[in-house]
Amino acid sequence: MSRKTLTRRQFVAATAMSSTALIAAPYVRGAYAAGKLSIGFWDHWVPGANDASTALVKEWADKEKVEVSIDYITSNNKKIELTAAAEAQAKSGHDILQMPSWWPHAYSENLEPLNDVMEPLIKQNGEVNGTVKYLAQSGGKWLAVPATPGSQIKGPCSRIDLMKKHAGIDVQEMYPVGSPPKDDNWNMETFLKAAEACQKAGFPFGIGLGETTDSVDTAGAIFQSFGAELVNAKGDVTVKTDEVRQALEYYKKLIAVLPADAPSWDDASNNKWLISGRGAMILNPPSAWAVAKRDAPQVAEQCWTHGMPAGPKGRFAPFLPYFWGVWSFGKNKEAAKSLLVHLSSPAAIEKFVVASGGYDLPAYANMTKFKTWAEEGPPKGTLFSYPDPYHRQTLSIAASPAPPKIAQQIYFQATLTKMALRFAQGEKLETALAWAEDECEGFMRT
Amino acid sequence: MAFVLTLPLILLIALLVLYPAFYSLYLATLNKAMTKFVGLGNFTFLFKRETFWMVVKQSCIFAITAVVFKALIGFIVAHFVHNIPGKKQRKWRGMLLVPWVIPPAMSTLAWLWLFDPSYSAFNYTLSFFGVGPIPWLGETFWARFSVILVNVWYGAPFFLIMYLAALKSVPDQLYEAAAIDGANWWQKIWYVTLPMMRNIIAITTLFSLIVTFANFDIVRILTSGGPLDTTHLFATWAFQVGIQSSDIPLGACVSLFMVPILAVAAIFILRDVSKRGNEA
Repeated sequence: MSRKTLTRRQFVAATAMSSTALIAAPYVRGAYAAGKLSIGFWDHWVPGANDASTALVKEWADKEKVEVSIDYITSNNKKIELTAAAEAQAKSGHDILQMPSWWPHAYSENLEPLNDVMEPLIKQNGEVNGTVKYLAQSGGKWLAVPATPGSQIKGPCSRIDLMKKHAGIDVQEMYPVGSPPKDDNWNMETFLKAAEACQKAGFPFGIGLGETTDSVDTAGAIFQSFGAELVNAKGDVTVKTDEVRQALEYYKKLIAVLPADAPSWDDASNNKWLISGRGAMILNPPSAWAVAKRDAPQVAEQCWTHGMPAGPKGRFAPFLPYFWGVWSFGKNKEAAKSLLVHLSSPAAIEKFVVASGGYDLPAYANMTKFKTWAEEGPPKGTLFSYPDPYHRQTLSIAASPAPPKIAQQIYFQATLTKMALRFAQGEKLETALAWAEDECEGFMRT
Repeated sequence: MAFVLTLPLILLIALLVLYPAFYSLYLATLNKAMTKFVGLGNFTFLFKRETFWMVVKQSCIFAITAVVFKALIGFIVAHFVHNIPGKKQRKWRGMLLVPWVIPPAMSTLAWLWLFDPSYSAFNYTLSFFGVGPIPWLGETFWARFSVILVNVWYGAPFFLIMYLAALKSVPDQLYEAAAIDGANWWQKIWYVTLPMMRNIIAITTLFSLIVTFANFDIVRILTSGGPLDTTHLFATWAFQVGIQSSDIPLGACVSLFMVPILAVAAIFILRDVSKRGNEA
């Protein structure tokens, strides 16, 4: 019997080769080593939409032999934010957590960099919009991956009949199905005139002036279309500028024709306004239309979702993306990354869009023309323009381009709507500006 | 042995009360990124904020007004109930406790529907009398009125039940003696009922004041602090600053601000109660 002895040199060479092979191999190999993965997903409001997520995760888990557990966490009463805060504090929790727009930056120190996931995804799916980069990138590092479920544009959802009758605007002609919008005359002035006409006819636009996101997002898009920034990208307070003054003057005129109780509106109020048939337009994702299909079909069949009006500095649409983040303290980061790649494949993205009835929006440039949006109805094609298929708008978020940690505070303290409301309710312009300036200076804390 | 027997309670309090309290004190001394000790820096920052002082003012208006009305309504209704005989009294007691028994988050949702900006049931009813529509949650005065009203509705039964128990413990002989001395209704209340209920009034007021100052759910559900922050309380603003704006140390500071004030009030009230207990 011969016995082969292993020399020290052979041992070192073999070890080095094995290590290189392990590092260079794609995750797929590691995933077969099984392991567990715990996921916290946003609990979708569309019935059945969670099932699509579960099915996609299961498909991946079966292939990779990973044991997964999914918690669907409601966004009601900020449950997701509370979960994120608790997990970041405890340095323990899910491996993947779906988080709303501002949270990747808020927890940037606790999130695993995802450049190795995002760079191939962008090559595969097309460029992501500026808001996604703004919210999920820090110093060239991707903090999170844009999630299709929950991501939304809060553009106008108009009543076809009321806009035609009272404002003389045919929204279907302006935003046709299958061809680029004819929106050259759709600007802040025509928007204001339409709002005035509809208010006069007894169907005011349903735009909130409260402190919740719908009110803030609308204010953000309008301010941005005037080039009005409270804090610029460098972090300087820029409240007292002509652009901000212009935006406030505009908002004052708009507030005059909004419902009197708009200052107390929350995110459900505008939906109810449209569904009840009392308003000619709201600025919202198509959730209000989807509920109207069930509760007020005669209203739903007159709804048309379309693009925002342009201001002097461009056409801005409020975009609110969700993200999937991987905690740096997670126990199975490589498996988490592998799953995120799977959930961001074109096929998976289309499944999300279909399951949500077109509500969920992918953040990638090549993913805005799925047939779901062209076919959903009634009326057929009502959602065609929802994902901005011809890239006519700058998808933006209120308070940007301020550094995200400052912008988050401007956003959640609703500084924009409060400032506009103060001015509209009789406060002097300079006093409202001074108040906002003081607030923004307070947000500079590090 | 006594110590061993009380140990479970001590451990429970240490875990559920002392640890969170000291942890929030610790959080309040950190910078926003929670990486540096800043001492009392967060408090000095807060003291310079206009919104903070507005929240202090509103919390005082909310808590004091609500507690006064809860105590007043509780006192009056307790007298009514006290005068209802036997079995019927039990039914009334049960019915009047309903607001206090329903979880406030649920009952406040019902109130939200009544105040709803667009579909207020109150406004609908008032419209038959040619009144309104009233912006219940859209104007500062009405929004403050609404949140206080809901708090009074929810909290008055607590006062009622405490006062009712106190009323039942006042010996009838005292009223008989007062009647013989020629005391009228008001004099019986002033010279017999109130002195006999003094301790219970002090304790319920103190407890209610603490709980009302710390209220969160009613304001959060009805107004989220609006319009223009004019209904924010310490807890709702702390949530907005700490959780929504990701500034946990500042949120901790806001929620801790009332601790010394309420602690001093508690010391005085409880000392007064125990002094009277010793005199008795």
